[in-house]
Amino acid sequence: MTERTTPDAAPGRPRQGRRPLGEMGGAPAARGAVTYHFRPYNVGRWAVWGGYGLLLLVAPLVFNSSLSQTLLSQMGIAIIACLAYNMLLGQGGMLSFGHAVYSGLGSFLAIHALNHIGDGSLHLPVSLLPLVGGATGLVFAALFGFVTTRKSGTTFAMITLGIGELVASMSLMLPEFFGGEAGVSSNRVVPPAALGITFGPQIQVYYLIAAWCFLCTGLMFAFTRTPLGRMLNAVRDNPERVAFIGYDTQRVRWFAFMISGLFMGIAGGLGAIHFELATAEVVGAQRSGAYLLFTFLGGSAVFFGPIIGGVLMVLATVVLSGLTKAWLLYLGLAFMLMVMYAPGGVAGVVLANLRLAAFGKLRALLPGYLALLAAGAVAFLGAAAMVEMLYHLQLNQALGPMMKFCGVSLDARGIAAWAGAAVLFAAGGVAFEVLRRRVLARWNAAQDDIERELRRREAA
Amino acid sequence: MVHRAAKPSSGGRRLGVDRPDSLIRAVDQTVINILNGLSSGLLLFMLSSGLTLIFSMMGVLNFAHAGFYMLGAYVGYASSRIVGFWPALAVAPVVVGVLGAVFERLCLRRVHRYGHVPELLVTFGLSYLILEVVQVVWGRAPVAFDPPAALARPAFTLVQSAAAGLSMVPGQADAATCAHAACTTFPATRAFMMLVALLMLLGLWLLLRHTRVGLVIQAALTHPEMAEALGHNVPRVFMLVFGAGCALAGLAGVIGGTTFVTEPAMAAAVGPILFVVVVVGGTGSLVGAFVGALLIGLLQTVPLTVDRSLVDVASAMGWRVSSDSVAYPLMKLTLAQVAPILPYLLLVLILIFRPRGLFGTRE
Repeated sequence: MTERTTPDAAPGRPRQGRRPLGEMGGAPAARGAVTYHFRPYNVGRWAVWGGYGLLLLVAPLVFNSSLSQTLLSQMGIAIIACLAYNMLLGQGGMLSFGHAVYSGLGSFLAIHALNHIGDGSLHLPVSLLPLVGGATGLVFAALFGFVTTRKSGTTFAMITLGIGELVASMSLMLPEFFGGEAGVSSNRVVPPAALGITFGPQIQVYYLIAAWCFLCTGLMFAFTRTPLGRMLNAVRDNPERVAFIGYDTQRVRWFAFMISGLFMGIAGGLGAIHFELATAEVVGAQRSGAYLLFTFLGGSAVFFGPIIGGVLMVLATVVLSGLTKAWLLYLGLAFMLMVMYAPGGVAGVVLANLRLAAFGKLRALLPGYLALLAAGAVAFLGAAAMVEMLYHLQLNQALGPMMKFCGVSLDARGIAAWAGAAVLFAAGGVAFEVLRRRVLARWNAAQDDIERELRRREAA
Repeated sequence: MVHRAAKPSSGGRRLGVDRPDSLIRAVDQTVINILNGLSSGLLLFMLSSGLTLIFSMMGVLNFAHAGFYMLGAYVGYASSRIVGFWPALAVAPVVVGVLGAVFERLCLRRVHRYGHVPELLVTFGLSYLILEVVQVVWGRAPVAFDPPAALARPAFTLVQSAAAGLSMVPGQADAATCAHAACTTFPATRAFMMLVALLMLLGLWLLLRHTRVGLVIQAALTHPEMAEALGHNVPRVFMLVFGAGCALAGLAGVIGGTTFVTEPAMAAAVGPILFVVVVVGGTGSLVGAFVGALLIGLLQTVPLTVDRSLVDVASAMGWRVSSDSVAYPLMKLTLAQVAPILPYLLLVLILIFRPRGLFGTRE
């Protein structure tokens, strides 16, 4: 993980590599001073959280088709899951390849509980069903986490993968609980409706998810401020030193793993309400991989990164996969490029540019960015046309060689389409590389300027 | 992958059936089962040795290792249609090895400075990419990657008759013998798999212990700075080791592809098991990888033939178990049904009782 000292870190307080959400633009408080009584109202924090809540509130009113409401609901669930995942990846440096286990088992327990609510043998409001999922996630994370957190680093990753496979195989072995291939289905509309809320219409489910999402985001942010949350960062950065001071690093990891499992379970419980179905897929390796991929794409080094990741996850798995059959290819490529060139994810890119803007350097770079974007778009268009033609030839042979791509009909067997796409790709690629070098030089110059400016301020 | 083809080719899978010759019957089945397990284990070793070599050298857990295995199978399939099986056995590892080295040079080396987690992530991304590329080039259905004629027959047949007892016949026993005796065959592909894996083990040992290249590799492994100071190009050594590890996976792919099914799901089926092998054996230990691979291979294969569950055990001990007993769904699972999860259970047990693995040197 890249560490970057924040420009606004006041002298008296420990420097930390990441800038938490609530402090964006907030006035730095000099907590190191002893004779300090006045606590200003943290306007920045209220603005950010208020804006986040407002966004959750008005989003379904702006995007009010039934498809977008479903998408928004799934985004809410994905945001909780990715934030919970990042508690391990970003804050604890733990790479879990089997985290769908906790959300998935939460889903299954919640769906069974929902069935029991339906036949009257359990008295629990449907809106509290995520608690069932959360408790399940917590229990299983405590159980499996005790084994997995004995190791850290790459070995931890391998073990979580093994545990994930264990549960995924079990799910096909016990059809009595997991429902076999078809899964377990339920009905979220349970007769005694409180205050007229039946959870029949999607919009009611959305607001339930939004409320849970806001609550969980707040709780998870609060967790980063607890001593345990801080110790988790320390264990990530320098476990030897933490052990030397007298902390049990394994226990810190285990506790964090449990809390992460709790929130994963809540996400799973919400998923059970939203889909009214839990299949073996929700505990599978594919799902675990998706959590990792999108949390990283969103940005694991910043608290709000996984929120972007959750949104991207739904857009990619639902929208992109509907648009093209080659979506996993694009996703894998985007992921690899991100790991190589922008390990901070989308949030990292945004923050780096905000930093430039704060020093008034962004404006000079903007034309370069736009040119880069245009060249990249041309190259991507060429590459995508070729990929789509390839997939078309393979998967839609029955439909003939003609296909639609971006409103243009292409003959996937014709030489013209391939040549055109190749020329686009080559021209865009060359232009991109030339521009990239130029922009990179300017970018480095701007960063040097900022460093110098910071040193000057410190000296002053 | 393993449970697909590991079943013995003749009937009578149940151990201890009530026949007078049940004991000998059990013996020939058991021999074949153990051989099946050992051959699967040796295939796993071919894969995990490359993984361990890369891991112990560069600290990189190659998540795409199973992807390279699959690539080896498909490249082997494609080249065997052009040049025949035996040349393909050499072509595929070379192609896969070169691809691996190129990946190391272009991608892995770039993220090396960010630490081990991004390195793991970039190979994770690659595993998606390999799967998609394989599906684009060779389709989503299994391809018919058949072994050559020399390997498409049994290596030997265990003939067991009431009169003559147990005997072994090389190749296929004639029909007349099998008419009044039970014949169990062992496929030549599996025997070949064992042979190649053992040759590879020998070759690897000779290379690492008795050649100059091996000395440089060992030096770069333990003392990279010193090796670099002595004038060795350590990054290039890393690239070659990564390529060599991938080439081993490619070789395993050609052999695994002919023995089992060559399909896009083959990487996902073997990937998690590889990591179990590495953790159980002890991360970074080649001996551990060998023992772990054999253990897992046996554990995956042998229980497949035991059609007994806890319910049978309980009734043998005189307890009554019916469908409304506590945990009946768990108890009625036969050992054959739970065989796929046994390696993972072993992983959990190892971590609880011996966290550094069987041959690991440190925690």
